[in-house]
Amino acid sequence: MNEGLIITLLLCLPLMTFVIIRLFFGIRWPIFSGYLATLILLIITFLSFLIAWQYFFIYGKINSSYALFVPIDIKWLVFTRQLSINFTIIIDAISVMMLVVVSFISLMVHVFSLAYMKGEQRYGYYFAYLALFTFAMLGLVLSGNLFELFMFWELVGISSYLLIGFYYTKPEAVSAAKKAFIVTRFADFGFLIGILIMGGLANNFDIIQIITSIGEQQYLWKGAAASFLGMSTLTWACLLLFIGAAGKSAMFPLHIWLPDAMEGPTPVSALIHAATMVVAGVYLIARFFPVFQMDVTVLHIIAFIGSGTALFAAIIACTQTDIKRVLAFSTISQIGYMMLSLGVDDNLTGIHLGYSAAMFHLFTHAFFKSLLFLCAGVIIHTVHTNNMHEMGGLRKQLPVTHISFLVACLAISGIPPFSGFFSKEAILSAAYNNHKWVYAVALITAGITAFYMFRLYFSIFWNKPVITTLKKEGMGLMQLALIVLTLLVIITGYVPFGDFISANGKPVLLEVHFGFSVIPIALSVLGFFYAAILYYRENNLPSSLEKSFGWFYQTVKKKFYIDELYLFITRIIIFKGIGSSIAWIDKNAVDGAVNTSSGITNWLSVFIKKLQSGKVQQYAFYFLIGVLCLLVIVMYTF
Amino acid sequence: MMHNYLYFIWPFKQEILLLLAIFILLLVQIFVDKPNKEWTMQWVNLFLLITVFTGFWQVGYTSDVSVMFQLSPLIAFEKSVLAFATYLISLQGYQWLKHQTYFIEFYVLLLSSLLGMFCMISATHFLFFYVGLELSTIPLAILANFHLQKKQSSEAAFKFIVSASFASAIFLLGISFLYGSIGTLSFNAIATQLNVNPLSILAFVLLFTGLLFKISVVPFHLWTADVYQGSPVIVTAFLSVVSKASILFVLLNLLLNVFYSLEQIWHLMLLILLLLTIFVGNLFALRQQNFKRFMAFSSITQVGFILVAFMGQHVLASAAVIYFVVVYLFSNLCVFGVISLVSTTTGKENIADFKGFYQSNPFLAWVLLLGLFSLAGIPPTAGFFGKFFLLLSGIQHVQYFSWITIAALNLIITLYYYLRVVVVIFQRDAAAEIPKLYISYPIKVSFFICIVGVLLVGVASWIYQYIFTLDFAAF
Repeated sequence: MNEGLIITLLLCLPLMTFVIIRLFFGIRWPIFSGYLATLILLIITFLSFLIAWQYFFIYGKINSSYALFVPIDIKWLVFTRQLSINFTIIIDAISVMMLVVVSFISLMVHVFSLAYMKGEQRYGYYFAYLALFTFAMLGLVLSGNLFELFMFWELVGISSYLLIGFYYTKPEAVSAAKKAFIVTRFADFGFLIGILIMGGLANNFDIIQIITSIGEQQYLWKGAAASFLGMSTLTWACLLLFIGAAGKSAMFPLHIWLPDAMEGPTPVSALIHAATMVVAGVYLIARFFPVFQMDVTVLHIIAFIGSGTALFAAIIACTQTDIKRVLAFSTISQIGYMMLSLGVDDNLTGIHLGYSAAMFHLFTHAFFKSLLFLCAGVIIHTVHTNNMHEMGGLRKQLPVTHISFLVACLAISGIPPFSGFFSKEAILSAAYNNHKWVYAVALITAGITAFYMFRLYFSIFWNKPVITTLKKEGMGLMQLALIVLTLLVIITGYVPFGDFISANGKPVLLEVHFGFSVIPIALSVLGFFYAAILYYRENNLPSSLEKSFGWFYQTVKKKFYIDELYLFITRIIIFKGIGSSIAWIDKNAVDGAVNTSSGITNWLSVFIKKLQSGKVQQYAFYFLIGVLCLLVIVMYTF
Repeated sequence: MMHNYLYFIWPFKQEILLLLAIFILLLVQIFVDKPNKEWTMQWVNLFLLITVFTGFWQVGYTSDVSVMFQLSPLIAFEKSVLAFATYLISLQGYQWLKHQTYFIEFYVLLLSSLLGMFCMISATHFLFFYVGLELSTIPLAILANFHLQKKQSSEAAFKFIVSASFASAIFLLGISFLYGSIGTLSFNAIATQLNVNPLSILAFVLLFTGLLFKISVVPFHLWTADVYQGSPVIVTAFLSVVSKASILFVLLNLLLNVFYSLEQIWHLMLLILLLLTIFVGNLFALRQQNFKRFMAFSSITQVGFILVAFMGQHVLASAAVIYFVVVYLFSNLCVFGVISLVSTTTGKENIADFKGFYQSNPFLAWVLLLGLFSLAGIPPTAGFFGKFFLLLSGIQHVQYFSWITIAALNLIITLYYYLRVVVVIFQRDAAAEIPKLYISYPIKVSFFICIVGVLLVGVASWIYQYIFTLDFAAF
């Protein structure tokens, strides 16, 4: 079948679903719209598997490496003869892989939500927003034009905003949505300027053409003539692009929005804030990887920020008690892994493992992390709390969830033979071959990951005696989604990923050496046992540990006070400090005289006095000073 | 013979239409006892629309540059934009104007000011330019005073006229120095003969700041907030859209053509001023409580962003500015239209009064939301595309791009305070303070035009393309 046609269908279907449900069905037939959306998504998933199968096994390979295809290239916004923005769709290994991941996870989340969201007031709208998100995300991964990519990027942000704030009556949800919107917008402005620099200097917005043009004119981009603060144009452009990516992917210090985003419905967290949208940043860097490879400085910055974030978030995850927040920090940490993996693929040693490893981890992470979130959804649904101290002994009531959660925990901790082990090994060996410090940090993080995941696992399913008052879970749509994902978490590790996806399209061998794996596995097992000792039974070891760590524990628990720092900067410095002093000037210069006086006569006299005292003259005076200052500056410079 | 006369008339096609409207209005005032207000407004609006369309009529372009007046497709288009904005403002003022005793005078003054702007845009000689400048300014001061019973309004008018005269004085001083420097005031001669020497720089700086006053660039902005707050809302809208747009169009011609030999000087000046403008506008807008005052400071910031585009190459800069003005017109009038309606019917002008506005007036809330989103530059509204082209033009000069980046980062603060207003409007827990408002027909029409503009000007790329081709022919 024609690729262009399939892709058109792929993009039009969810968009139409969104429009139809939002406008017509949402309120009248909520249940029907839920099933309609799920059915449409089933078709979409089928189509994306079709595309993937055709690409990887039929036509994608040219001269033993996977090539890039452009099935759709429509003139969209023709601004001038030189500057036009096309609607371009590109198909290559990573976009096809993302296509499969996004549509499949989205399908699972749809199936899960059918049961999970039952009884919600805005059930229909929920599915409409999910469809909107699916549309935006599919568009994002298929975009072949930087401007088009940015539009989808924003659209993804908007649908994420709508879904975080889905429970709009809860003030936490509203403020979380606002926070996510503003923080990611902040990063997006960086991204936009990066786009402007790249597009403006390459005189084109087509991603492929930008990459070739930068490759051909490296001297121009790296030239000292165009440098600012000691960094070349290329470095700036890459850095700005990375800022955009870091905002979306919640890298330090722009990570603050993700934990709060957990106020949204849990299946949404599984889809958007674990598996798909948050890895858009990783995808963006992978998309521009040839450009990033030309600039080792930026790659190293990415590697450091990635590894730093991985460790930082893992440490915080150990102290959180809200189960969704623990998972949120673990997501941040795992994305940090992907980033560091891209960052160490720096073309210096000749070993190109990082890129494939990052993509591999993105792939496996999507499955086990969405599984974890869906399990958390079931748990919260059963015990009606997010706090893990109020849980315990749930293994009897929730057998399916218990096994799924255990498998996912083993996978994320990197214990063989589950999928996370293979991708984490690939990342560790990539880091080992390129940068020893990054490797060391990644290794420590692996141990901590096992600890906090099993802390979560034991606190939820063991710890306290079994509560008998709770109903046992049945087998429904929720459990179906869990089982399918569990099976996938077990098998996806065996996909020969390096054969399909690599930086240059040629197969890369991602092998597992037993000798190399010993240390990470040993650390993970250590983490596991440590968690088991502390949390298997209810005891006072954890609290006495908390006490002995004292202030350090508090600092970590308060997430290193980063949120407070931001609040301090925005509220106190900008608002109170600068804002109110300026408001004071404004007030006192203008209405001050009016406000302090009372009574009409008084007012009148002050009014006259104000005119006499020469407010306007004052304005003229400032005007003149402004002119003179400008004159001095200009005359001095020329 | 007839043909020859017409040949002289065609270049003035838009001005003549306006003059005609003004004369008819005056005659109506003299000879008709109680003119039908609605009818009068209708035909004035019709005249404005005809003026808009005449701009696209391909006649009367002058190639002779020795006279004081020029007309090119680009200039005709610019005039059409201004006339169209005035048309929208006139529609939005419907409810307010209906209750004014002196509404014919209002239109006479409004159209005279517009006529002055037309003269200014078409001028190729500083004398004629100055006549246009004054003709556009003085009626505005009277218009600002149109809330006859309000003290604040007369205070606004007073401040405006005094500040404007001061700016004019500076401007005239600049012109005199310029004359002293090269002995002529014709644009064409200046463009070819001016060279960089202290006298010409002095002349340029004075002349330039005199104009910057009108678009309220910091530090020449002090009058803005007071005048905006005190004037009737539709006058504020006229000040912030039409008056600013006209000066921006003039600056395009002056900077990119006439004073291009001083490029480095005005680049430096603009860079300093635009950073100052954006920062000050943003910081002041953060804490404003009065909606009109808030819009005053936010429009100062918007002008700062427009100045960014001037740093680019000729065609790109000019296209970006004109395109942004078109976008700005629609988005700003969305906002001002709603404020005007609320202010005339309820007298409420504070942002806090809009609490729960969505509950009582969902349509108006959406109009306001679209306008604010577009001003904040959120895609896919037109404002995003406008900002995109402004920055794209500004970033062409590699040595400035770090500064432009700093300017662009201010967009976040901008976003923040626009969102603050949106949050107030959509607050659900509070009871709405503003009752359901009656929207009369002309106002509805203006809102629909503005909404279509905000949603379509960005996505319909042929608009930018059209402006670009006009610019391409002009430079």
